[in-house]
Parts: sequence; structure tokens; C-alpha cells
Amino acid sequence: MIKLSVNNQPYTVDVEPAMPLLWVLRDILHLTGTKYGCGMAQCGACTVHLNGEAVRSCVTPVRRAENQTVITIEGLSKDFSHPLQRAWIEEDVPQCGYCQSGQIMAAAVLLRENPHPTDQDIDDAMSGNICRCGTYQRIRKAIHLAAKLSAK
Amino acid sequence: MSTTSYNRRDFLKTGGMLSSGLLISFFVPAGAKRFIPGGETPEPLFAPNAYLNIGPDNTVKITLAHVEMGQGIWTTLPMLIAEELDCDWSKIKVEHAPPGAPYIHTLYGVQITGGSSTTWSEFDRYRNAGATARTLLVEAAAKKFNVSPSECHTENGFVIAGNQRASYGELADAAAKLPPPASVKLKDKKDWKYIGKVKKRLDTTAKISGEAMFGIDVHFPGMLIAVPAHAPVFGATVRSFDASAAKAIKGVQEVVQVPTGVAVIADNFWAAKQGRDALKIDWELGPGENIDSTTQFEEYRQLAATKGATAAQAGNADDALSRANKKIAAEYIFPYLAHAPMEPLNCTVKISDDLCEIWTGTQMPGLDQSIAAKILGFKPEQVKVNTLFLGGGFGRRANATSDFVAEAVNVAKASGKFIKLIWTREDDIRGGYYRAAFLHQVHTGLGADGLPIAWQHRIVGQSIQEGGPFAASIKNGIDPTSVEGVSDSPYLESIPDHNVELHSPKLPVTVLWWRSVGNTHTAFVMETMIDELAFAAGKDPVAYRRSLLKGKRHLAALDLVAKKSGWDKPLPQGRFRGVAVHESFGTVVAQVAEISIREGHLRVHKVTCAIDCGLAVNPDGVKAQMESCIIFGLTAVLYGEITLEKGRVKQRNFHDYKMLRMNETPLIEVHIVDSNEKMGGAGEPGVPPVAPAIANAIFSATGKRVRRLPLQSSDLVKV
Ligand code: FES
Ligand code: FES
Repeated sequence: MIKLSVNNQPYTVDVEPAMPLLWVLRDILHLTGTKYGCGMAQCGACTVHLNGEAVRSCVTPVRRAENQTVITIEGLSKDFSHPLQRAWIEEDVPQCGYCQSGQIMAAAVLLRENPHPTDQDIDDAMSGNICRCGTYQRIRKAIHLAAKLSAK
Repeated sequence: MSTTSYNRRDFLKTGGMLSSGLLISFFVPAGAKRFIPGGETPEPLFAPNAYLNIGPDNTVKITLAHVEMGQGIWTTLPMLIAEELDCDWSKIKVEHAPPGAPYIHTLYGVQITGGSSTTWSEFDRYRNAGATARTLLVEAAAKKFNVSPSECHTENGFVIAGNQRASYGELADAAAKLPPPASVKLKDKKDWKYIGKVKKRLDTTAKISGEAMFGIDVHFPGMLIAVPAHAPVFGATVRSFDASAAKAIKGVQEVVQVPTGVAVIADNFWAAKQGRDALKIDWELGPGENIDSTTQFEEYRQLAATKGATAAQAGNADDALSRANKKIAAEYIFPYLAHAPMEPLNCTVKISDDLCEIWTGTQMPGLDQSIAAKILGFKPEQVKVNTLFLGGGFGRRANATSDFVAEAVNVAKASGKFIKLIWTREDDIRGGYYRAAFLHQVHTGLGADGLPIAWQHRIVGQSIQEGGPFAASIKNGIDPTSVEGVSDSPYLESIPDHNVELHSPKLPVTVLWWRSVGNTHTAFVMETMIDELAFAAGKDPVAYRRSLLKGKRHLAALDLVAKKSGWDKPLPQGRFRGVAVHESFGTVVAQVAEISIREGHLRVHKVTCAIDCGLAVNPDGVKAQMESCIIFGLTAVLYGEITLEKGRVKQRNFHDYKMLRMNETPLIEVHIVDSNEKMGGAGEPGVPPVAPAIANAIFSATGKRVRRLPLQSSDLVKV
């Protein structure tokens, strides 16, 4: 039995401690906003926050989240009101949308650490996240916009 | 996201009417002739409409005959309806259609999303559906208000006459009782409020909150997860297998053999994957084991030395070549490419005595339905297909064999269980259905004026249509998708003596359309060779192309891209440019790439793109597709390569089948030609010019021609 907090809800799950957090979220808790893309820390589709840090949940054994706090895309805001979500809407970022949960979760940590990122900062923070639809240019714009929205 | 919740039989009975409200009759637009590969004419379409209905709460539910895989059709088709219906945009709800006659492609005769065709092929049908609804609502209101329809007008979901007004929801019931109008008049272009205007996507909030349901997100109580073990080489079959280690893994429920391999079924993905990895399978490898990428191109080269099937022919290219002032010959090599959609392939299947239910992301739900029915011995109407959002398609989810759907149905059938089949990324990268590998050989000759007078072209590569449901399009040994972009090239029109030949070798490696299909390789050959000829003739690459291209659209795109990229202005030191222009899917796209090479590293700084797709219904959507195409094409230039060794695919995942990332993304600027030309597509035609534009820029930097993709490090060294 492993206890963890996800999106400020306490959960107890009966799984192997080695099971990646991704599959606990998706298959046990049915929080499917966090995506599987590669399973080997290559694409960032599975990015969630573990105690506020962006982690690749596909390679994070659930035991690392034991008694810890996890936030997924479902827990980012209740009403699309996070500055990144507002900026994503404004810039019409998503295409297929599959990578976007991971992109937003990665960007959220970037903005918290660095409220006014440069293009270079964005490249550095976001290059772990693949978007096969190629929405990178809009993601970059949206992160700049979100930085402005948060500053207001 | 709303999912379709009616079953196929009810759907046929009621013509798709879900709830009380207005159901709109369907009319075949006069201009749309339908075509079935193979030539038979299908039953004329006159079904009660299933494109929209209006609820008492003013909700306008729009049913899409095409699927959303990123290209934005979730928004563009509703724009067409809203334009004519004059409804409240915020009240629109969108859903994917189930398989059904009203949703058959207006031209291709099957229910398919592909060929960059959704917007133009639905332009009349969806506007008609909206206009019909509006006409009936106005009629109903006129009766209610006791006025004539001509005294009524509509505004944002209301019919208004003088000081009387009624919402569409209030009028829906009465409108539903009226006979459909014999004809409707579509709005004048000058009155358009939606078409040609920027409209925000309707699926964004779902896609930034985790709410969007993709096939892989489907969950039901009692559902298990299946992960397949596939053959290590193409065409191999299972001789025997030992599942004892797999079954010892906690959570594994069952292991079944299916035609495509062995599947492990477990409580969750993690257990199923561990079980799959623990399987011991003895494979009968077969001839697939002999395929090797190096020898494959050697064999293709030998084939290219022999005469192939003729795809285009004019005059006598041999003679003309012997008269040429200057001759240039080149060989080009293109590898297999995987689509690698971001969402790994998956399909959920539940089978009961007389019903099979499928949940997946698919570009061809109708074909999947009939293939599933065949496997189960069911009638197609006993198979219900629920299409969810597609996490990318790029052609991979339009498979003539419905491969991953068929596999899931087979797993459910063999196990008797309700399963969601999920392929790992490795299964996807190694799973075949690639853009076929190709080899081209070209011999050209220039006349005294520096313009080409002879062009001989041989193409070698597998056919993607051979043996499939679209095989009828193969005529005289020519699969048009292998030669498109060469045999119909506007350059050849200006070269009196030319011929294009094709060899289509058969190999066990499975191949498929891949975003922009044949144009992925043909545009590269044409546009880099033309560039080479321009150089040989001592002409500017844009000016040289202008002297060969006669088409208004080619010239418009070329001129616009030259202007916007500052083609005739000098570049900063160390920066180089290349240009390419190509028509595909009824659209012409020209691009200029600006690059630099430092210490053997290519940096693409900027891609300027001009597109003539005729009317751009959603201009920002068109721009987004160009951005997407450019990243897709650039990924192939830099990294795209599937190689085989002893029949085994060497690449496995994103570490060795790489994707372009944020730090490599150029600035992309898209300009839309203000055009009244025939509407073309937007989802694919931005891909073909990227690679040649970059290769041409590399030539200006290095003096070296790129003749093989992806780029090799030797391509980036100056001669
Ligand atoms: S799924 Fe975790 S990084 Fe790709
Ligand atoms: S939006 Fe499709 S992968 Fe990023």
C-alpha cells in the first residue's frame, strides 16, 4: 500500500512500488491527462509536478511519490485560469493536443523559477518535450504571454 | 469532449437523430461528383442529415464526417455550418461521426480523413447543412410570428422579425416538422462572417486541461490492458511461445496468440508490458530476415539501371540528352520513415454476443468497422466505432488493413475479454507501415540558353497501394503515389523531351502514406535538381524557376516568398538561403530557408513560407498547418531514418528515431496568397518544400549537393 497526494487529494494505492507513477495516475487513478509518449524520459508527455518539481512520471517509480505531493494537469487550475492555460488559448497552441499536458506542466515550473524567461531560457527548459505536431513556435509565444499575464 | 452515445442500429433507424430537436435533411451538393477507386458508382446519397442538430437549449451539435488529429477540422467544419446557420458560436458542440453513409467523403467514396481534403471536400456539404437548417428555422419563426419568411432575419441563434424574436432552440421542434426545402441559397462571399476570418480552435480548453479524450484514455470498469509482442522481422510468424514467465508477473491475466503475434493481457499497462517483455517466442522468420538497408539500395540501384514502367513520356529524351550543352546526372536516396504520432497506437474492444464496440482514434472508421466485422463474422452494423481525438495521424491511422484495430479485435476475440490494446513507442517505431524507401536517378541536359532540354528520371520504391483497397488506382504498373510530384511536375511541361519510369519492387516491409506521400521524396529531387540546373546556367534560383514555371499559382507563391524573405537583399555573413516551390494536394507552397553552418552543425534560423490554397477558410488554421508541416519536414531532413539490419529495425524510440525539439525550431513566417483559385489542402502541402529549400541553402553554404536524406555530417563540410 502506497499513500500519496495527487491534486490535493489523498490516495492509497495497492501497486508494486516499482510501478511508474505514470501508470498509477493513468490506470489506477484514471487521471488520463498525463500522457504516455515514450516510456523512457525522451518526450516529456508524462510530465507532472512532484513536490513542485517537473518529473517524467514514466520513469519515476511510485515509491518516490510515497507520502509526497503530485500535481497533474488536472490539478493545475479548476477553470483554465492558470496564466499558461490562458496564454495557450490566446495563441491557439494545441494541434492534436497529445503533448500539451506535458508542455504546460514543464512550462509551469519554468515560469515559477524564472518569471521572465528569454527565448534561450525557454529553449533550455522546454527542449525535453517533444511535439510531433510542431507547435513549438506557438508554445514559445504562449510562454512569453503567460509571463506577461502573471506579471499583471 | 462529447462522445457519441447512440448505437449504429438506432442510428440507421432514426437517421442519427439523438434528441428532440431539429434534424436537417441532407442534400448532395450539385457539384460534388463522387468517385470510388475501382470505378463503381455508389448509391446516391439522400439520407436525413446527420451533420447538425439543435437542442431545446440552443445547443448546436455538429457531427464531423472527418476526424480531428491536430489539423483543426473540429473548428473549420463548424465554421462552415455557422456561416450559413447564423448560430451562436459559443453554443456549438462538436462530435466525431460514427461510420455511416452520410459521412462518406464527397469525392473518395469511403469515410476517410486524408489527402488534405477535408475543408474543400466539405465546403458545400457543410454550408448546405447550415443553410438548410436556417431556412427551416426561419420558416418556423415566420409561422409563429405570423409574418412571411422574407420579413425575418437571423442573428446569432435567433430569428427576428420586427420586435418579435425566437431562439433556435425554441423553434427547433416546429422546424423539425416542416418538409425540407427543395433548395437553399448560400450566402454571398461578401457577407461572410466566419469564412476567411480567424477563429479560435474549439478544442483548446479540452486539450490544455487533461479533459480531451484520446483513444488511449478510454477507461471502463472491467476493461483490461493488452500489450502485443510483434515479430522481430517483417512477415515472421509465431512457431511457439512460452508464457510462463509472463504469467508469473503480478497483474497478468492471460496470454493469447493472434495473427500478428502474442498479446499479454493484464490489469494495467505496466504489468502487461512487463509480461510482454518476459515472453519467450520462437519465430518462424521467413524471407524478411534478408532485408538490409545497405543491400536494399544496392538492389534498387540495379533496378534503376533497367527500364521501368512509364509514368510520363514526351519526345525523345535520349536524343535530346545527346544534344545537350551541359549534362547533369544525380542519384538520390530516401530511407523508410515512421510516422511516430505522439499518441502511441491503441484500440479498445468489447465484444458481446451480437455487438462489437470499438473505441479508437482512426482516420478510416468505416473500413475499421468492416474489417472488425469480418474478423468476427458480424455484419458491419453490429460493429460500433467510437472515434476519439487522434493524438496525431499523419497517415498512420489510415491503414488499409486497419492493423492496430484488427489486432485489438483479434486479442478481444481470442481472450474473450474487454481490452484496450496499447502499443509501446518501440512497437510503433518498429511496426512498419513506413514511408517507403526510394531511390531516384535523374539525367538532365541544358540547352544553349541554360534551360533544360532533356529529363530522364527513374524512380524505385515500393507501392503503398499494391494489394490494398485502393489498388485500382494503379494503372499500367504505375502507382500514382510513387511518382506524384515528378510525372506531373510543371517543370517537365516546359521540357519537350522527357520520360519518367518507375520500378515497384515488392518487399515484406509494410509501407503506407506518410504526410504528403510521394511528394516527400519527389519534391526533393525536382527542387534540388532545378536548383542545380539554375546554378549550372549561372542564374538566380528564383529567376530560373520563374522562367520555367507558367502556372499563376506557382508564380504567386514564389513571388510572395521571395518578397517576404527578402530574397534579393544581402544576408548577414555566415547566413545562406535556399528556395523551393511545390504543388501538392491542390495547393502550391513556396519556402525559403535561411541557415548557417557552424563547426559542422546546421542551424535553420528561419523558414519563410507562402501558400496558395485558394480560399483559406480558417487562415490561422492554415498557418498552424504550415508551421506543423515545416517542423515535420525539418525533422525528416535532420533525423528521419528507419534502417534494417538482418530484417530487424534498428531504431526503437525517440532517442534513436529523433524528433525536432524546441531548441532547433526556426522562426517560421507564413504568408497566405490572396487567391481566388480552386481550394486545395493545407494539412500536408507544407511538408514537401522544406527539405529541398534546406538542401539548396546548404549548397550555397558548402558548394555541395545533398543527395541523400537524412543529412549526413559530410553534407555540412565545405568543398
Ligand atoms: S512518456 Fe515519459 S518522457 Fe515520454
Ligand atoms: S500538439 Fe500534437 S504532439 Fe504536440
